[in-house]
Amino acid sequence: MPLIEFSDKGLCCPQGQFYIDPWKPVDKALITHGHSDHARWGSQSYLCHSFTKPILQLRLGDNPYQTVEWGETIFMNGVKISFHPAGHVIGSSQIRLEYNGEVWVVSGDYKVVNDGLSGQFEAVRCNTFITESTFGLPIYKWKSPEQINKDIQSWIQQNTADKKTSVITAYSLGKAQRVIQAIAEVTEKIYVHGAIYNVHEALLKAGWKLPTVHRVTYETTKEELAGSVVVAPPSADGSSWMKRFPNYVVGVCSGWMQVRGNARRRNVDAGFAMSDHADWPGLLQAVKATGAEKVFVTHGFQATFSRYLNELGIEAGEVKTEYGNDEEEGLTPSAAGIEDVEKLAEDE
Amino acid sequence: MSDFANDIEKLVVEDNERDHPSSSTGLGGFADLVRVLGTSTKTTDKLEALVQYFSEADDRDKVWVIALFSGRKPKRAVNTTQLITWCVEVAGLPGWLFGESYHTVGDLAETISLLLPETVTTNRSVETKPLHFYIDTFRHIEKQDETIKKEFILDSWKQMNQNERFVFNKLITGAFRIGVSQKMMVNSLAKFTSLEASVIAHRISGNWDPSTTTFAELLNESPTITDYSKPYPFYLAYALDEDPETLGDTAEWQVEWKWDGIRGQMIKRNNALFVWSRGEELMTDKFPEYHSLKDVLPDGTVLDGEIIPSIDKKPLPFALLQTRIGRKNVTKKNLQETPITFFAYDLLEYNHEDWRNRPLTERRKQLEILIEPLTTPTIILSPVVEFNKWDELTALRKTSREMGAEGFMIKRKSSIYQVGRKTGDWWKWKIEPLVIDCVMIYAEKGSGRRSNLYTAYTFAVRDGEKLVPFTRAYSGLTDKEFTEVDSFVKRNAIEKFGPVRTVKPELVFEIAFEGIAASNRHKSGVALRFPRINRWRKDKKADEINTLEDLKKMLEVYGK
Repeated sequence: MPLIEFSDKGLCCPQGQFYIDPWKPVDKALITHGHSDHARWGSQSYLCHSFTKPILQLRLGDNPYQTVEWGETIFMNGVKISFHPAGHVIGSSQIRLEYNGEVWVVSGDYKVVNDGLSGQFEAVRCNTFITESTFGLPIYKWKSPEQINKDIQSWIQQNTADKKTSVITAYSLGKAQRVIQAIAEVTEKIYVHGAIYNVHEALLKAGWKLPTVHRVTYETTKEELAGSVVVAPPSADGSSWMKRFPNYVVGVCSGWMQVRGNARRRNVDAGFAMSDHADWPGLLQAVKATGAEKVFVTHGFQATFSRYLNELGIEAGEVKTEYGNDEEEGLTPSAAGIEDVEKLAEDE
Repeated sequence: MSDFANDIEKLVVEDNERDHPSSSTGLGGFADLVRVLGTSTKTTDKLEALVQYFSEADDRDKVWVIALFSGRKPKRAVNTTQLITWCVEVAGLPGWLFGESYHTVGDLAETISLLLPETVTTNRSVETKPLHFYIDTFRHIEKQDETIKKEFILDSWKQMNQNERFVFNKLITGAFRIGVSQKMMVNSLAKFTSLEASVIAHRISGNWDPSTTTFAELLNESPTITDYSKPYPFYLAYALDEDPETLGDTAEWQVEWKWDGIRGQMIKRNNALFVWSRGEELMTDKFPEYHSLKDVLPDGTVLDGEIIPSIDKKPLPFALLQTRIGRKNVTKKNLQETPITFFAYDLLEYNHEDWRNRPLTERRKQLEILIEPLTTPTIILSPVVEFNKWDELTALRKTSREMGAEGFMIKRKSSIYQVGRKTGDWWKWKIEPLVIDCVMIYAEKGSGRRSNLYTAYTFAVRDGEKLVPFTRAYSGLTDKEFTEVDSFVKRNAIEKFGPVRTVKPELVFEIAFEGIAASNRHKSGVALRFPRINRWRKDKKADEINTLEDLKKMLEVYGK
């Protein structure tokens, strides 16, 4: 019996009698991180990293939550479990399972560079590695976080000089915090959408030190917004919520902005190829560092990435999952998007 | 050092001797311009970027930018296969991975620019050279050994950032379609020369070679060299969306059939004949029928009309014109079965005089005097449609297909011949398209702003239990609908053939098209003219679509 089976409810560990990031309700769910395609509602109990707990409380409400720290070991029915930093968003973890001397690692979503908030990705040696492939094509190579931050900062400074409001869209958990950190170095006038404000507040309450932001409300005046920076989730782009801003330009932070056509389709003024997912070199680096004999490739360019790994002599196969909406275009109400749309409706 | 290396060296030296302000003179300045034009969402920003570029760039670069943005291409020094081979070699990637990347990006030049390894230092010791340097070098190396070409391309890549590599590759692979219209370029040029926009539009059209034409020659106040082949910019009509009654008094309007050929301009000057298509392609030598016209038309004449095959003044379907386009060796049979003619409907120059500012009535009268006595079957006077009331016209419009026309052109009798698409005086009033319901069976990713989205579809009609593919279509859905279909394709793909996915036959669409013709190149036996998606029939199921029999009936009625 393999340590992990791919079932219609998600990744299942039959020996340990638990699931990892299930997309249907189960008894015991181990959660890699707080994005809504990985952390879903309805399970009886949840196990996650302590940083992830406040996010799950915000998004899934009150449930029985058990937390662990990175590197801490617990056992479930003989299966040895530990969480390790995945570098994707705050609290995001790879989950290591060991039983009868065999080790599997479920990486969830990850990136290998350190964004200063999400922790440094840890390479965990294993026999079998389950990797995402959101940006599993060699065209995806990110600039360093410092360079991207600089790009965003100079764009904002240019807009401020032109007396324009900069609206930046970034996913509410992860990129929004990165963007806010970066822009706080050049401006104090930071406004955020309600969805981002809620995450921000939850993180502050949990003890995170984050820059001061203001929530955009109906009382927020045009004078206040003029020349400021507004951070909003992708689903807010083109909404009536956004259209009331004075003289604004939109910049999108998304890995998809790497390709010109995507930026043109979105009809945005500026695109920043910033992602919380590993780029092509990052994926390869991570896979090689695990020393795994067998790799399962999930959400993204599965076919391409697994074929390439096989050609490198690393046995790899594709797995279909229901993950992978957090970098979606925001046009389809994806699992991740719906939540923001609802939040948006509340604000309207 | 080889002769070639010497040449290059000389070009570099010449170039370094020239005095240019640093930033926008190199290829980087052009790359920045292309980026702004490609991403900016506001016309004013684009215009500003162009004006800025034109005011700073090297004159030789300006000439090339005008040439590139009006569809002219530099010499093609290397082919795409070579580019791809060198790219995967430098990047250390298998060829199939290049293919996968290309299908996602949708643009060859951009794919290569993204796959090449990063430039090592961000502070480059070598600044990129001006645009014209690269284009001149392409011409120099065109006939050289592959090793020399390769060395030049690889060295150039090494000195460039991703943005610059993209435009550099674009120079090699083809057209710059980046969201700048000719009109916008003309307007930006008009901002810093004292020439009228219409004069500029005329100057930059026609047959000039950017490698030998200087900026001064192109846009000085009084041109010293006369180019006799130069066409006038075409005047284009807007579609009439409202009832023609809204146009008012019928006596103010002249109506002609709208022909389904290629819009063209016929020029007889300096005892030579030139025929231009609206795409500014010289057609004179493509159709031998036109050769005899040199002796028929008086010198100093320019006609606006339609390039179209016809027999006894009756136009033949567009599909037949397509059998003549691009054919090098024309047989006697071709000339008999598909003779190319010219339906003249306007007179732009007469007796060496520009007539464009005279009213249409006057131009038309002189056109009739000129054309009617001609005995050649190749030039035909496009008739004026007689009518008194708009509803007569509405009834007559229904017979368009029988006439071989696609509706009416409605022109104000007092109108002058303007430049470009202008609203108010000229209208096209097209017939409703033919439509058919069908199911999507294959999908492929698009390019440009549709990169990484499944937006190119193949559709099928039913033939008993089978589905028969009969057309492809790329346009007609909103961005939102495309995204929805894309997500359907990703969830319902059955098989993969290279970039093509076979898809569960479930989504029904209404396809609109302008004409239908028999074709033995297609499985269905028909070829459609200008097919596009009219609407997504979410109300219909796959078993309610049209049949192959329905298509054949349409061919019987409209395709003969």
